[in-house]
Amino acid sequence: MTAHLPAAALAAYAAGDLGPDNAASWTVEVHLEGCAECRGQLGGLTGPPLRELLGDAREAILQQARTGPRPVPRRRVRRFLQRWTDWSMLAWIAITGSAVVAAFQLDRTFPDRPSLVLLLAPVAPLAGLAVAWSRRANPSWEMLAGTARAGLDLMLRRTLVILATVLPLLILAGLALDRNPALWLLPCLTFTAATLLLGSRIGVPVAAAVLGGGWLTAVAAVSFAGGPGPTLTAAPAEALMRAETMPGWAAAAVILALLTLLRADDLRSPANWR
Amino acid sequence: MVRAVSAHEVAPTRHAWTVEAVNLTVKAGKHLAVNGLDLTLGTGVHGLLGPNGAGKTTLMRALGTVVKPHGGLLRLLGTDATRGRELRDLRSRLGYLPQQFGYYPRFTVRDCVEYMAWLREMPSAAVPAAAQRAIERVQLADRADARLKSLSGGMLRRVGIAQAIVNEPELLLLDEPTVGLDPEQRVRFRELIRELGADSCVLVSTHLVEDVVAACADVVIMNHGTRVFQGLPADLTRFGETHGIGDSPAERGYSHLLMQHRSGR
Repeated sequence: MTAHLPAAALAAYAAGDLGPDNAASWTVEVHLEGCAECRGQLGGLTGPPLRELLGDAREAILQQARTGPRPVPRRRVRRFLQRWTDWSMLAWIAITGSAVVAAFQLDRTFPDRPSLVLLLAPVAPLAGLAVAWSRRANPSWEMLAGTARAGLDLMLRRTLVILATVLPLLILAGLALDRNPALWLLPCLTFTAATLLLGSRIGVPVAAAVLGGGWLTAVAAVSFAGGPGPTLTAAPAEALMRAETMPGWAAAAVILALLTLLRADDLRSPANWR
Repeated sequence: MVRAVSAHEVAPTRHAWTVEAVNLTVKAGKHLAVNGLDLTLGTGVHGLLGPNGAGKTTLMRALGTVVKPHGGLLRLLGTDATRGRELRDLRSRLGYLPQQFGYYPRFTVRDCVEYMAWLREMPSAAVPAAAQRAIERVQLADRADARLKSLSGGMLRRVGIAQAIVNEPELLLLDEPTVGLDPEQRVRFRELIRELGADSCVLVSTHLVEDVVAACADVVIMNHGTRVFQGLPADLTRFGETHGIGDSPAERGYSHLLMQHRSGR
C-alpha cells in the first residue's frame, strides 16, 4: 500500500459509478479500509444526501449506545476460578483435609505408634484425582470429556489444584510433628504421577483405587505380620520414607511424570472417565 | 483494518461425509447399544428418531467423542475419531448438547457459555462476543447474567443449545434439545437449526416426529442399535398415507417402518 488512490477512481467511487459488480471497486474498498488519508478525501467528495444519511446513522448508533445495555465488566478472578477449579472436587478436598487432620491428631496423642500421617500422605491427593475423572461424582463429565481441552490441559490443571490444596496441609502437619515434610512430599508426587500414568490405560478413578488401596493394604498387612511390640516402630511406611530412600522416590516421580506427558494422547481418550 | 483469513477457513474439504460410520458398535455398560450401524451424514439438518433404548443417546455420545466405540469405523470431519492424537483438533470443531446437561448451579448463563467456549479452545479474544451471540440466538439475552439455578427447565435446555453452538461447530450434536421448550420456543429452535444447517452438519436426536418433519432435511430411524431407515421426511409421510398407526402421516410412517423392522427380525 505505497501509492494512494487516483483522484478519478475516488471520485467515481464517491459518485456511485463503481457498482458492487465492478471489480475496480474492490481495490478501492480494500485501500480505503487501510488508509485514513484517502478516507478523508472520500468524505470531502461525497454529496449532501449521503452525508445526511451518515449523520443520521451516527446519531442513532450513539443514541443506542447511551440507552442500551451496559457492557459486561471483565471478571478476571471469577474467570480464573472457573478455569482452574472444578466444583465437584471441593467436597473431596474437604474430606481429604479432615482425614489428614484426624491422622495428625492421632499421631500427636500416640507419638510412640507408627505415624498415620506418614501412612496417609502419599495417597492423599488420589481421592481428588478420582473424583475429577469420575462419571458418577462429576455431573458435568459428559460436557467436559468431549472438549478439546480434556486431556493433558485439564489433567495438569486439576492435578495442580489438588496438590496445591493437599500439600500445604501435609507440610503444616509435618512441621507440627517435628519431622521433615520432604519425606512424604516426594512419595506424594510419585503416587500422583503413577495414578495419572496408570489412569491413561485403565481410567483415573480405577487407577486411584488400585494404587491407594494397594498402598494402604500393603502397609497394613506388613505392619500386622510384624506382630505387636517393638517392630511397630520400624513399620514399613517409616522404613520406606527415610532420607536415604528419597533419591529413589524422586527418580520414580520424574520418570513417571515424563511417561505421563509422553502418553498425553491417551489421556484425551474418553476411556479415562469411569 | 483488514480481517485475516486463517488457513483453516479456506482449506478445501477433504472428506466426503461429515459423519461416516461403518459397522459401528458402541457399548453402554456391558450392553451393545449401537450394533453394526452404517451411517453417512453430510451438511444439513438430520433428525434421529427411534424408540426408547434404540441406542440414540449412545450413538450421540460416540459421535461427541465422549465414549469410545467398541468396534467398526468412525470418521468425523474426515478424521478417525478413535485415535487420541487427532481428537484435540476434531473436538474444537464439535458442538455437543448431552441428554443430561450437568452444570454448576452458581454459574451464570454467560459463565457457562464462556467456560464451554474456552474448553473448546476458542481464542480468548473471541470468547465474550461469541458467547453473547450464542446467548442472543437462543433468546436468553435478558437472562444472561442470571444464575443457572434460577432458570426453568426449558431455559436450561436453551443454555445447553447456546453452549453447543458457541464455537460455530462444523458438526453439531443435539440430544433431545426440545425437551421442556414451549411451542413458541420450539418454532424458534427449528428456525435456528435450519440456519445452522446451511453450512454445517446438525444431528438432532428426538422423540417428536413433527419436529423432524418440520425442521430436518433428512431422517434417520434407529431400532435395536441399527439403522432402520434413512431418507427424506416426505418419504416418511408417504409411507404413512397407507400404513401404520398414529395421528399424523409422519407418525404413521414412523410406526409402520418400526413395525416392519420388528417383524423382519
